[in-house]
This record gives sequence, C-alpha cells and structure tokens, in this order.
Amino acid sequence: MHPAFSVIFLTTFIGVGQGLFLALFTLQSYSALELLPVQDSREFFAAGSFLALLFLVAGLGASVFHLGKPSFVITRAWRAASQWRTSWLSREIVFIPAVIALVFLYGLLHYLGWEANLFDVDIAGQLTLVIGTVTTLFVFALFVSTAMIYAAIKFLQEWASPLTVLNYTLLGIASGFTLATAFAAWEAPILVNFFGGWAILFTLAALGTRTASLIRNARIKHKSTLQTAIGVRHSHIEQKAMGMMGGSFNTREYFHGKTAAFLKSVKWIFLVLVFAIPLVLLAIGIGTDSLGLLAGAFVSQYLGLLFERWYFFAQANHPQNLYYQTI
Amino acid sequence: MTQLALVIDLNVCVGCHACVTSCKQWNTSGPAGPMFDDNPFSKDPTGTFFNRVQTYEVGEFPTTETVHFPKSCLHCEDAPCVPVCPTGASHKRAEDGIVLVDYDKCIGCKYCSWACPYGARELDEYQKVMKKCTLCVDRIYDEVLPESERKPACVLACPTSARLFGDVHNPDSEVSVAIREQGGYQLMPEWGTKPANHYLPRRKTRKTIHEDELVRSDNPLKKEDIRHETSKEVTLDDWLM
Ligand code: SF4
Ligand code: SF4
Repeated sequence: MHPAFSVIFLTTFIGVGQGLFLALFTLQSYSALELLPVQDSREFFAAGSFLALLFLVAGLGASVFHLGKPSFVITRAWRAASQWRTSWLSREIVFIPAVIALVFLYGLLHYLGWEANLFDVDIAGQLTLVIGTVTTLFVFALFVSTAMIYAAIKFLQEWASPLTVLNYTLLGIASGFTLATAFAAWEAPILVNFFGGWAILFTLAALGTRTASLIRNARIKHKSTLQTAIGVRHSHIEQKAMGMMGGSFNTREYFHGKTAAFLKSVKWIFLVLVFAIPLVLLAIGIGTDSLGLLAGAFVSQYLGLLFERWYFFAQANHPQNLYYQTI
Repeated sequence: MTQLALVIDLNVCVGCHACVTSCKQWNTSGPAGPMFDDNPFSKDPTGTFFNRVQTYEVGEFPTTETVHFPKSCLHCEDAPCVPVCPTGASHKRAEDGIVLVDYDKCIGCKYCSWACPYGARELDEYQKVMKKCTLCVDRIYDEVLPESERKPACVLACPTSARLFGDVHNPDSEVSVAIREQGGYQLMPEWGTKPANHYLPRRKTRKTIHEDELVRSDNPLKKEDIRHETSKEVTLDDWLM
C-alpha cells in the first residue's frame, strides 16, 4: 500500500494522547489506593490532560487531510459517524471526539478541583476517578477501532491479524508512558521511576508483539495468485498490458514505489528509534532524573513510530496489485 | 431477488477496448458529472475509468495463448466494500443488487477501495469521490430509450458480443444459462465475496477421432480405387448389401 502521511500522523498522535491519558489515570488510581503520593490536581493532572489533548486534537487535525477535500469536514464528515454498526472506520470517528471530550472533562474537573463523595468512602477525587474509568474504556475502544480498520480487511493478509490490534495498543501506550516519564521529570521527579518503569515494560511488550508480526509477515503466504485473479489454470501466466499507460488510481494507491532495500532500512530505523534508543535512554534517565534524556527518549520513540507506521502500510500487499504488474 | 450482472466471455473477447471507450463516453456525459482526464494528449495520460481491458499471456513459447481480460466492478453479492464505508455512500441496492456510490455522501476516504480485492474502484482526482461501474444504472431503466438499448453501454458496444447482461438469480436468463452451460466462474473465489459478474473460460471445440475411423482396414472405397490394384477380398459391405 502507499503510505498516507495523514494516517501516519493521525494514528501516532492519538496513540500518544491515549497512552498519556492512561498513564495519568494509572497514577491517579495508584494514589487513590495510597500506593503513591497524591499529586497536585491542577499542576499535574490538568496540565497532563492538556498535553494529552494536544496530541489527540493534532491527530484529529491530521485526519482532515485524509478526506478527499478538506471542505468535506463541514459538508459531509458528520455522515461518517452513521455507519458505526458495520464500519470500524465509522466507530473510530465516533470514538475520537468522545475520547477528546472525556479527556477534556477529566482535565477540567482536575483543574477546577471539583469533588463529590459519590460512594460514601474516604477517597479523594471520586468524581475524576469515575470519569477516568469511563475514559479508559473509551480509550481502549478507540485503540481497537483504529487497529481493526486495518485488521478487518481479511485479504490484506499482513494486517489481518490480532497482532495488529496488539501493536497499535501497545505502541500507543508505550509512547504515552514515555511522554509521561518526561513530563514527570519536569513536573514531579518523584514519579519518574513509576512512569519510567511502566514505559520500559510497555516498550518491551510492544517490541515482542511487533517482532512477532514482522516474523509472521516475513513468511506470509498470499492466498491470491494471478491464477485465481483471472481464473486461468496454468503455472505460467504473464501480464502483457494493464489497460492503460499513464498509471491510474490503481497504480498510485496500492504501491509504495520504493525498493526492497529502502523498505528494509526503514524497518531497522524504526526498530532502533522506537525500541533500542528509548529503552537505553529511559534506563539511564530514570537513574539520573534527567529531563533531557527522557525527553530524548520520547522524541526518538515518536519519530520511530512515524517510520513504523510507514513500514506498516508499505509492507501490506494488496491482491489488486496482481492486476497491475506491467504497463 | 434480482441480481443484475455481466457475464464476460474470454473466449471471444478480442481486446479491442470498445467497452472501455463506450463506458467512458456514456458515464462521463452522465448526470454524475465528468470522469476526469489528466494529460489526455501528452505524457503520462491518466484518468478515471470504470472498466479496463488487460492482456495476459498464458503458457510459454511456442505454446502460448493470449487472453484479453476486461475488468470492472463485479457487483459482489457479499460486497466487502459496502460495510466498511463510514458514511453509507457505498451501498448495494436491494432491488437489483447493483453496488453504487452516492457521490453526494462520499468523503473520499478511500477505505472502500482498500476493501475491494479486485481494485475495481477509483478515486476521481477532481471530484475527490470514489467512482466505479454503475452497470449503467442511468440507462438500463430509461424508458425513453428503445427496449433493446436498455443495456450497459459496454454490452452494446462489444463487437464480438463477449459481454452478456442480465439477472444471474433467474435460472432461465441468458446469463445464468451461459454460466451453467459454458463453465462460468468467479474471480478470486478465495475471499468469499461472491462476485455477481462471471467469466466464461477459453474453450476449444475438440472431437476425438480414432485412427481406425480414418483408416478402415475393409474400407469399401479402397475396393474400387482404380489407382490401386483391385482387391478380391470380401468387405463387410459386400455382406451387408
Ligand atoms: S468488485 Fe470490488 S467494488 Fe465491486 S462490489 Fe466487489 S468488492 Fe465492491
Ligand atoms: S471513499 Fe466514499 S464510498 Fe468509499 S468508504 Fe469512503 S466515504 Fe465510503
């Protein structure tokens, strides 16, 4: 497939935003159980939610460029929520604004410091805990919807796997926790170990599932062949003409147009940027509480994710390509 | 239930592209607006088409065969391109099974084109909406046209009558009979899309004649063949007659 930058930015940005929210809420849950010191609502949670919102909204902004015309945002995009019963894309379009609204509400309640003793127990921040729980559910629903857009197309065999869902989720969470670690180094250094530890764990988990999908895709056997594509039973069929000379949507949308060597180097670049460098920087950064190193870990991981997503698209082989082998 | 479809006979298609040009002519002049053409007369001409004719070579020299292969939307009965559309623009009509895109609802997200294994959908680079074969839905029901012309433009244009059009759910229709009796098949059956369009394979008419049918040892003609010595032997026909 031809990687589209709108989708690359969309999926990586919202992944970070969702992961960062989960990191904040994990912290709040630990604090509620008195496992960690309680943080300032306004300085830490409201500011953190605002940071997560920035990423989520940036993702939404990137998605606009995936529409045929940006003007469709005003005239037609509202329809895109209508087919949530059948379309994972529609579900994603429902969940993105929902998550944005919920994270906004979560941050706002923290900012205003509103409290309510909902359950008649001696725990602070019950209101935000309830909103946070709901938001967490929506965040996971969004991860699944985003990934299922790809995993649900069964003949794009590189994508049609539960690993796709795991990768999107774990990579999003890992990048969010890495950002949370850098954020903690800036705001509340006492939490660097907590977030950093989780960031390392999630990065390792994502390394596991992403490697698994790389291995799976390296040995994938495609079901469709030129024989099934045109329905002629012969071991030797060669295309002589695709029916046009100047290319078409079919030759532009489904081919990445790069060499195998280029693809391979992108693979190694993302493995180094997403996993190797951040793991090293996180490990050193946690020990030294160094904002520079931890911010570097996040920047490296985010840049790497852009390469990772590019590779994810480029690697998928669409069966329609069988019909477009030669001019 | 009706399921309109095309049946394309690869045995007679000569790859002349008449269906391609007539399709473009009819649909670019249609109510949905023109189908774009970029650089039509210069380098790298490109544009939106609903139908293409491709050419394949089967086998290795000297035993090769050229197969011309027209390809358009197959109006799948279990169309994977329909449920994925977030806006409902891509839909399958209940009354005749035609898969259509509502150009006024489409947001050009291209998801449906990813979900079509056949590459039958093309994004129009100017209108930025998804386009595909409509089975000439604006023509086949048009009562202003004489009955014989209420067919897709490609079917009318084909000089070898390689394209048949009709209801594949009616067992007695021309298309159903052709599929049944002439080995009609579907493309990429492995994905369960159940394409409504079918293809008829290349077929050869062969008659098996055994050697003794050509050279009868007691051939009566030989008996009277004046170029040879006349045989005195009795043939089967002497007994019969
Ligand atoms: S051929 Fe492609 S576009 Fe046409 S109905 Fe089937 S899946 Fe949809
Ligand atoms: S490109 Fe148009 S028809 Fe296709 S899925 Fe998107 S909105 Fe639906």
